[in-house]
Amino acid sequence: MKAYDTFIFNLSSKGRIGYNFDHETLDEVEIPSHLKRSSIANLPEASELDVVRHYTNVSQKNFGLENGFYPLGSCTMKYNPKINDELANLSGFTQTHPLQPSSTTQGLLRIYDELQNMLAEITGMHAYSLNPFAGAHGELTGLMIIKAYHQKRKDNKRHIIIIPDSAHGTNPASASVCGFDVVEIKSNNDGTVNLDALKEVLNDEIAGLMLTNPNTAGVFEKDILTISKLVHAAGGLLYYDGANLNALLGQVKPGDMGFDITHLNLHKTFSTPHGGGGPGSGPVGVCKSLIEFLPTPFVKKENNIYVWVKPKDTIGSIGSFYGNTLVYLRAYVYILSLGKENLNDVGAFSVLNANYIQTSLKDVFELPIDQFAMHEFVFDGLKDQSTGVKTLDIAKRLLDYGYHAPTIYFPLIFHQSMMIEPTESESKETLDSFIDIMRKVAKESIDSPELVKTAPHHTVVRRLDEVKAVRHPILKFSDIK
Amino acid sequence: MHKYLPHTKENIEAMLKVIGAASMDELFSQIPQSLKLSKPYQIPSQMSDYVLTKHMQSLANLNQQFIVFRGAGSYDHYMPSAINSITSREEFLTSYTPYQPEVSQGTLHYIFEYQSMICELTGMDVSNASMYDGATATAEAMFMAYAQTKKNKILVSSTLNPHVIEVVLTYAKYRNIEVILVPSKHGVTDKDFINTHILDTMGLIVSTPNYYGIIEDYDGISNIVHQNQGLFIVNQEGQSLALFKNAKDYDADIACGELQSLGIPMSFGGPYLGYLATKSEYVRKMPGRICGMTTDVDGKQAFVLTLQAREQHIRRAKANSNICSNQSLLALSVTIYLSLLGKQGFVNIAKDQLNKAHYLYNKLLQTKLFEEAFNQMFFNEFVLKPKFDTNHLESFLVKNNILGPLTIKDNLLLFAVTEKRSIAEINQLVEMVVAYHESL
Amino acid sequence: MIKKGLLYSETHEWVKHDGDISFIGISDYAQDTLGAVVFVDLPNVGATFKKDDIFGAVESVKAASDLYAPVSFKILEVNEALVDTPELLNTNPYDNWILKVTLLNDKELENLLTDDAYEACCK
Repeated sequence: MKAYDTFIFNLSSKGRIGYNFDHETLDEVEIPSHLKRSSIANLPEASELDVVRHYTNVSQKNFGLENGFYPLGSCTMKYNPKINDELANLSGFTQTHPLQPSSTTQGLLRIYDELQNMLAEITGMHAYSLNPFAGAHGELTGLMIIKAYHQKRKDNKRHIIIIPDSAHGTNPASASVCGFDVVEIKSNNDGTVNLDALKEVLNDEIAGLMLTNPNTAGVFEKDILTISKLVHAAGGLLYYDGANLNALLGQVKPGDMGFDITHLNLHKTFSTPHGGGGPGSGPVGVCKSLIEFLPTPFVKKENNIYVWVKPKDTIGSIGSFYGNTLVYLRAYVYILSLGKENLNDVGAFSVLNANYIQTSLKDVFELPIDQFAMHEFVFDGLKDQSTGVKTLDIAKRLLDYGYHAPTIYFPLIFHQSMMIEPTESESKETLDSFIDIMRKVAKESIDSPELVKTAPHHTVVRRLDEVKAVRHPILKFSDIK
Repeated sequence: MHKYLPHTKENIEAMLKVIGAASMDELFSQIPQSLKLSKPYQIPSQMSDYVLTKHMQSLANLNQQFIVFRGAGSYDHYMPSAINSITSREEFLTSYTPYQPEVSQGTLHYIFEYQSMICELTGMDVSNASMYDGATATAEAMFMAYAQTKKNKILVSSTLNPHVIEVVLTYAKYRNIEVILVPSKHGVTDKDFINTHILDTMGLIVSTPNYYGIIEDYDGISNIVHQNQGLFIVNQEGQSLALFKNAKDYDADIACGELQSLGIPMSFGGPYLGYLATKSEYVRKMPGRICGMTTDVDGKQAFVLTLQAREQHIRRAKANSNICSNQSLLALSVTIYLSLLGKQGFVNIAKDQLNKAHYLYNKLLQTKLFEEAFNQMFFNEFVLKPKFDTNHLESFLVKNNILGPLTIKDNLLLFAVTEKRSIAEINQLVEMVVAYHESL
Repeated sequence: MIKKGLLYSETHEWVKHDGDISFIGISDYAQDTLGAVVFVDLPNVGATFKKDDIFGAVESVKAASDLYAPVSFKILEVNEALVDTPELLNTNPYDNWILKVTLLNDKELENLLTDDAYEACCK
């Protein structure tokens, strides 16, 4: 990584352009003065080389999946296959208008239909909508479906969603945005649902329970069938947050566990690139009785052609068109590339990798849940805390060795959380190197703690002043004095 | 073995030995036997790269690519090659959200530049790092107004793109917000209705250009909204920001809209991106990620995600919004596009569209087959009233490889013209319409 | 550090009752847990809040904490200094009050914790 501080605005020179225009002449249309922009937008003026060089240099300040290992728990940073990108970019996909007559987009509609069927098969649901743009968006959509379901039954007392306190922040936020009240129940020490706590809050005001399985600490909810029975008996629906689905590929289907609604994160489980923060894709799957509530529009195969339909009791539109098409095209390619022969192995290899790291390092890192892990696990800081080195310091020191840090300070149930998820993409050699470095950093934490506490040392910037960023916000170029 | 799954038999044995498990199955022993899958997924067999490529190419070929004269929320613009070239750099494409800023200065740097450009275009004080699309950005703007005023009624102009209205209605319904649609008069928002219905609302959402392509005049509207302690929200599509009055010019509080037209292919509807920008005083009500500049421990300039205490991972149930992802890579595309076009180029390309759209408009009127629907100023989209039966116009044009106008309510035809349309193509469209009429 | 002579709530707010006027702030434990305070979301002068209502929030970089009314009150003044210098709550959370109020129901003071009781609860 290389330092680079220039702004594109500083590369401006009046009159320069980076775009070749046509020179067809037409009559100039006058814009009435009361509608005209008051002043021209101050955009840069640069040659194409300036722009390309600038952003190339900017890219050198980033650490991507191809630079090294990204053991971010809960993010499933598996390899993003290049063929996915190449095929998603075919002009027959990118150059299509969403409002073309469906007879001229049968290829795309067929992919939509086949993908939603494959996702349904993989997760034991009946149908999927590919429309939600991201995981959180999928959650919101799923919660709207829950609300619509109860409203249709004229059961208007159900205003509460139960969420374990180990859940990801989007769960309670989505519930609030959907107009629900949230009841958080305390988890067991391993993050699993405490059945007594759950029984205490179940009543006829519960609309549903949101769960992820394995949970955010990487532990399988072994009481899931009991939980499912309890929630359904109370009249609620069971929602599956698919963030941790990777562990279950080839092992268990959420539908078989009793979940009525799921959302998936294609940018996690199904290899689509993270893009530095997006675009993602969060398809929502439902059981048979909820199909009519899916967002509109939805693809169906009728008489051998693919058509758009509006589900009978649809919750409505959740986006202008059909979701992040080019993203779910990549997921489609990924599933076909693995096929039924190999998709089954993904869960097993991801779990093997996680356990290998866990066992290899539990003598130097504190392992709060000492059992076989799923696809990810949590360390609660160093075993030896005598020098005061915290998880944050370890994370920063790893950056010096060319690794992206694991997820830190999540889940909230452990104070020095370090969540590690290697994914099935990584070879034993990569894991061995990572284990070596982790041991090295653990040793440094005892022998030369200041080195770790002041890390990183080799990145382009180090230990940012986040307090200053909030107290004196500089949020655009013209704010800089 | 598969190219994405590197474990050899030897690897597996060695690793199981370290773990102390007899088999991989043993690692899943907490899973009740009754749940474990007994057979493989009923999905297709794996395809080799070459077979997969042929498969996708044949599916791609089933989708027709047109000479496009249709807009309505998705526009056919030329994508400069540099955009794809830069956005496919792995450092940008596969990197994660910049929560570890020391190794994500690249992402944060372009997000900062993106935010800066959005503020330049809209005149607002602060922009976030992007939203899923223009429609959800508009719904989130409504939530901002709700958080600020605590009133649960809002006025929304019926001249907004119907897809945007539908999304706003869906979001409002589940949060128990009442949406009152402001009717239109002569193709524009009925201002009298605003006056008589603004009381006790959280504010007003309007759009310019509106669904008919008309540039609406919102002078004086902000006063009415502000006198009522509401927020004034202007939804404005990307390309139009080059030439026409923006949110700041109308003294609006929030600017939002769709940016697909600024460097993103039509892609059958996604991924796109929405922008959301506002005045400083509302920054804490604004959802989404925000990048700020600060210094590091050595005093060097650095970027970091800031004001995170607003976001879902901290506020949880009390967050104003549940949004987690932004459309980062698309924000990069927009930033590159605007950098390549530049200050004057952005104006020139908009003028080109303005001129071409009016050229088509006049040529169509000259055929005497159309009547004006509204006598209003438009940008690169407009509506006309056909004086003939248009039931088979679309399929006729499709056969000639043209994606013609969209038929909208009251049988109006909505045409869009971007800089990609040459004069020859525009003339051809007119000829085809005349030919269709003659065939009736 | 617990300041003597104040009454405390379980949610770490303190009340100083002085005849007709009372002051409300957050405890040292609260500011220490939060870390560097970067923003205080203050309510409006003249507003009234019932006991246990949320009347504002205190933000640090990594956390946001709601402020709960320990008793029912009407606001006479807010501490404007906290707008530009929110870190005053870290420097001295007892001298830098957040609200100056009149109580709406003095009896509610009986439900608050004494300094000793609060100290015990913080352990």
